[in-house]
Amino acid sequence: MDTFVQLYDGFAVALSWQNLLLALAGCFLGTMMGALPGLGPANGVAILIPLAFTLGLDAVAALILLTSVYYGAMYGGRISSILLNIPGDEPAMMTCLDGYPMAQAGRAGEALALSGVASFVGAFFATWGLVFLAPLLVQIALLFGPGEYFVLYTLAFATLGGIAASNQAKSAFAAALGIAIAMIGVDTQTGVQRFTFGEVHLYDGIDFLIAIVGLFALSEVFVFLENRGSHEGGKDSGKMKIGRVTPSFKLLRYCTPTMIRSTVLGFISGVLPGAGASLGSFLAYSVEKQVSDPRSETFGKGDPRGVAAPEAGNNAASGGALVPMLALGVPGSGTTAVLLAVLLTLNIQPGPLLFQNNPDVVWGLIAALFIGNFMLLALNIPMVGLFTRVLLVPTHILMPIVAMIAFIGIYSITGSTFELSMMVGFGALGWVLRKLDVPLVPIILGILLGNEMEVNLRRAMTISNGEWTALFDSWLAITLWTIAIVGFVLPIFLGKRVKKKMKQAEEEGPLSD
Amino acid sequence: MMSDRVLGGVGLALAAFYAWAATIIPEPFSSDAIGPDGFPIILAIVLAISSLYFVLKPDPDPQWPALNRLAELGFALLVMFAYAQVLPVFGFVFSTIIITAYLTWRLGAGPMASILNGIGTSIGLFVIFELLFGLSLADGPLGF
Repeated sequence: MDTFVQLYDGFAVALSWQNLLLALAGCFLGTMMGALPGLGPANGVAILIPLAFTLGLDAVAALILLTSVYYGAMYGGRISSILLNIPGDEPAMMTCLDGYPMAQAGRAGEALALSGVASFVGAFFATWGLVFLAPLLVQIALLFGPGEYFVLYTLAFATLGGIAASNQAKSAFAAALGIAIAMIGVDTQTGVQRFTFGEVHLYDGIDFLIAIVGLFALSEVFVFLENRGSHEGGKDSGKMKIGRVTPSFKLLRYCTPTMIRSTVLGFISGVLPGAGASLGSFLAYSVEKQVSDPRSETFGKGDPRGVAAPEAGNNAASGGALVPMLALGVPGSGTTAVLLAVLLTLNIQPGPLLFQNNPDVVWGLIAALFIGNFMLLALNIPMVGLFTRVLLVPTHILMPIVAMIAFIGIYSITGSTFELSMMVGFGALGWVLRKLDVPLVPIILGILLGNEMEVNLRRAMTISNGEWTALFDSWLAITLWTIAIVGFVLPIFLGKRVKKKMKQAEEEGPLSD
Repeated sequence: MMSDRVLGGVGLALAAFYAWAATIIPEPFSSDAIGPDGFPIILAIVLAISSLYFVLKPDPDPQWPALNRLAELGFALLVMFAYAQVLPVFGFVFSTIIITAYLTWRLGAGPMASILNGIGTSIGLFVIFELLFGLSLADGPLGF
């Protein structure tokens, strides 16, 4: 019952007026960002980190604000999926399949309300899962020595591409590139300069925020510049009839088993390395289709269960993804990598020690997630009309604002034109790499975890007197190596097939008719 | 095919450069078992192996934008670099009006709407972040 006492303390932290207000602001902003195509949870949180930092918020407050944005964006992603058939962010892709047909049939309001409730169910129960599973994982993590940590980081990189990764060489390349960037600057162990070539600006290394904001937010601006005029979104959402915005009790009861199944599936795929929210919603949708509609008579044609399943799935996954991030300090997806950046900016090192040293941060955060969930439900059911209006803002107004907020954020933490230029450079690099199908998330994670990874390797080597076999001499290390290798090799054989299936599901959907 | 080969070539050059840069890291006074250059060398090897893979088994080419669109992107990149340079000289408000108007125009709005969006965005962000939240944005000769 220790957990409940700590959770209670957490609520005491989260229920201050300031924190409640921040949670509300975060939920609101997050829903808006999620709803806007091209501005997903990762970008949204990324451009806000430097600002939360310079506004002088304390650690708990900043975390509450930014995780509310994260949860909010997960809720918001469905809005444009349903109304425009354009996913607001990647995990909301599957929601298009039945959400858009429902909207075309004049049931947009119902679809929005139902998906809001499904999101709530997924996120709410996943947060409970986090409450119970994270402390268990911490117990295991306490057994880790430096060698095991090094292997754990390797595992995180090996599995990051996920089961749908099509080219593992590109994932490996991206990870090595990110870690290589992290090596720039003073070596913390010996104090010598590495890869700085006498450039004073590089002595402290490259701030990961510069890389994140450049790679995620600014490269998006380039993508929009590139695709200008080729697809016009946001035009007809105003004409779409919303209809009633409260779900009927009957409909909710009809979808309850769906939501339960999808929540469990989503949570599990969130916790597992290399899965994340996108796979969570995909799995939830396809399993639901197998279970309730094996002969595909209604799915893809506006079946409410096809809306509830992916939404419960992806929100449960985003809660589940917080488990390894908080308990081990190893994020499994892009958005949780950005949340890790939040913690590191605030000088909080996630991992098992976080639960011992800063219980107020952990439990305050978890309590804030619960509160945020209720706020999001309250915001999303009656005010969904307001959020749909956000979609009317054309991208040529929106994207420059995003770019400017990115500039303001980086300028406010560094105050230097050198760092701003570097961010622009990362933006361009991000665009090129996206074109070449090189994933950006391993780069970010490499920059974030690179130093920690090296420190643990060198510590393990110092303990073992330079004996490399020390990395394989415990059952824990061997287990982690096995998972890492399987996780890296399996997609080489399965990746193309899984990806093809996801594509097929997308194409069989509303796009084909 | 070609794109991945080029990426592989660049990656190989990068790996070689990185490995060389690791070898010139000055010898520290006290060192541990693998030293400051051990891990970077491992990274250079991973970079080199994956780059070799791109050269040998390249993916199909992505669809690159046409030459004029590529020039458009290059020019936007230049404008952003220029913005970073002139920001402390001309101050936040003035520089931001220019760049926002430019980006809005290039993203497909009319000239008048672009200028209005530039002015609105710049002043709006200035009011929110400098006046309301108290961040210090770049000051120009007139103090804003």
